[in-house]
Amino acid sequence: MTDSTKHTALHDEHAALGASFTDFGGWDMPLKYGSELAEHRAVRTAAGLFDLSHMGEVRVSGPDAATFLNTALAGNLAAIAVGRAKYSLICTPEGGIIDDLISYRLAEDEYLVVPNAGNAPTVLAALQERAAGFDVTVADESAETSLVAVQGPAAQTILHELVPAEQRELVTELKYYSAAAATVAGTEVLLARTGYTGEDGFELYVPNAQAAPLWQALLEAGQAHGLIPCGLASRDSLRLEAGMPLYGQELTRDLTPYEAGLGPVVSFKKEEDFVGRAALEARRADGVSRKLVGLRGEGRRAARGHYPVSVDGSVVGEVTSGALSPTLGYPIAMAYVDNAHAEPGTEVQVDLRGKPLPFEVVSLPFYKRGE
Amino acid sequence: MTNIPSHLRYSAEHEWVDESSPVRIGLSAVAVDALGDVVYLDLPEAGSTVTAGEVCGEVESTKSVSELFAPVSGTVAEVNQEVVDEPGLVNSDPYGNGWLFTVEVTEEGELLTAEQYAQAQEEQA
Repeated sequence: MTDSTKHTALHDEHAALGASFTDFGGWDMPLKYGSELAEHRAVRTAAGLFDLSHMGEVRVSGPDAATFLNTALAGNLAAIAVGRAKYSLICTPEGGIIDDLISYRLAEDEYLVVPNAGNAPTVLAALQERAAGFDVTVADESAETSLVAVQGPAAQTILHELVPAEQRELVTELKYYSAAAATVAGTEVLLARTGYTGEDGFELYVPNAQAAPLWQALLEAGQAHGLIPCGLASRDSLRLEAGMPLYGQELTRDLTPYEAGLGPVVSFKKEEDFVGRAALEARRADGVSRKLVGLRGEGRRAARGHYPVSVDGSVVGEVTSGALSPTLGYPIAMAYVDNAHAEPGTEVQVDLRGKPLPFEVVSLPFYKRGE
Repeated sequence: MTNIPSHLRYSAEHEWVDESSPVRIGLSAVAVDALGDVVYLDLPEAGSTVTAGEVCGEVESTKSVSELFAPVSGTVAEVNQEVVDEPGLVNSDPYGNGWLFTVEVTEEGELLTAEQYAQAQEEQA
C-alpha cells in the first residue's frame, strides 16, 4: 500500500470486522471479511452489505443539465423522468469507452452521475471540459459522499425495518433503476434501487459523516435476515454471474459499445451531437469483428482473464473475466471472440495453462434471479 | 494469530508434513488465508513420483491459481478424494480433513519446525 491509497469513511468499520483489504482503483477496499463464497451466497439467498464509497459522485445541475449530458454521454439522459436512473457510457471522440456509469435524474435540471472509482477523475475532467458553453455546474462530490449497498432478496425487508412507517410504501414501490429521498436509520439518504449483483437491492448515498452509523444500523437490522458484510471478491463473482461488464476487463478505451454488446445504450435518436457520435454511427454501420460472449465450461476449473480462446488450435479470442460460478457450480467466463465463433452453442477451447478445456458459447447473463 | 500447529513441519512454500509413515501433506493456514476460498485442486496421482521443491499440482482459489510444491521426494501413496470433491475443506480444516495426499518418503526437502516457520512468516509480514 502506498501513502496515496485512499480510505473510505468506513475503513475503520471494515478493519474492526476483520476485513482483508485490496487496492482497487487507488482505494484500500475490503476484499472479503471471511469467506468470499459465503458472502456471495448470502447475497443470492439473503442479503449482503457493501461499501462502494470508492465510486465517484458528480452532481450536474443547471438549466442545460439534460442537453449537456446528452452531449457528453452516449445515452439519452434527457428522456428519463425525474426519479429514474439510467445506465450509460462516456466515450472518446473515436467511440472508445472511457467509462460506464449510472446517472440519476434528481430534478428537471439536476442529475447525479456515478462513475467507477478508478475512472472518476478522468470522467470528471471530461465532463468539465465538455461543459464549456452550457449553463451547468459540474460539481465533484466524490470525496464527501459515501455509498453503501444492500443487495439480496432480503434487502427490502431490512430497509422496511429502518425507515419511518410512512416511508415503507415508498421502499416497496420504488422501481428498479429509480431513486428517491428517504430516511434510513434516522439518516437522510438518496435511496436507489440499483445494484451490480443480479439481485434485488438498494444503493444508499449519504454524506461521509453519516456513513458509519448507517452502516452499523444496516448490519444490526440485517443480522436477523442473514445479511453479512461483503467485499469486492464477492461483488466481482456476483456481477460476473449476472453478466455485467467490469471496466478495465470487459470495457476499455480500445473497445466501442458495439463490441461490448452495449449498442442499445447508445442513442442516435437524440438530436445532440454527442462526443463519439460520428465514429459510433460508422461502427454501427460497419459492424464489429469481435464480440463479448459468455462461456460455459465443465468440471471445476476456471478460465481466467487473458487466457486464450481457440477453435481447432487457432486463437479466436481472449477471456476477460472468469470464475467457477458459486451459484451454478460450473465454470463461467466472459470473452471477446471473433464473430465467426460468437454464436451461442459454438464449441471453443480455453487454454488453461497449457491444458485446452472445452467451453461453449452461451448467451448472457449466466444467472437471472428467480430462475 | 495464524494457527501453526507445533507437531508439524513446514516447507517454505507453505505445505505441512506430519510424522506418520507414509507422511501426510497439506497446506498451512498461512497459505490458506492468503489464497481465499479454494475451489479446485489438481493433485498428483497415487503411484506417481514427486520431487522435493518441484511443482506437483495446482491450487485454484476463487481469484488465483497457485502451484503446489512437493515438500518431500517419494511416491504418492494416497490422495484425499474427499478434498478433491470438496476443496473447501482446505479452508475449513487445513490440518485435518483438508489434507491433500500422502507420500512414501525417499528424501525430505528442506523442512522448518513450527517455530522456524512462524518466525519466517513474521519476518515477511
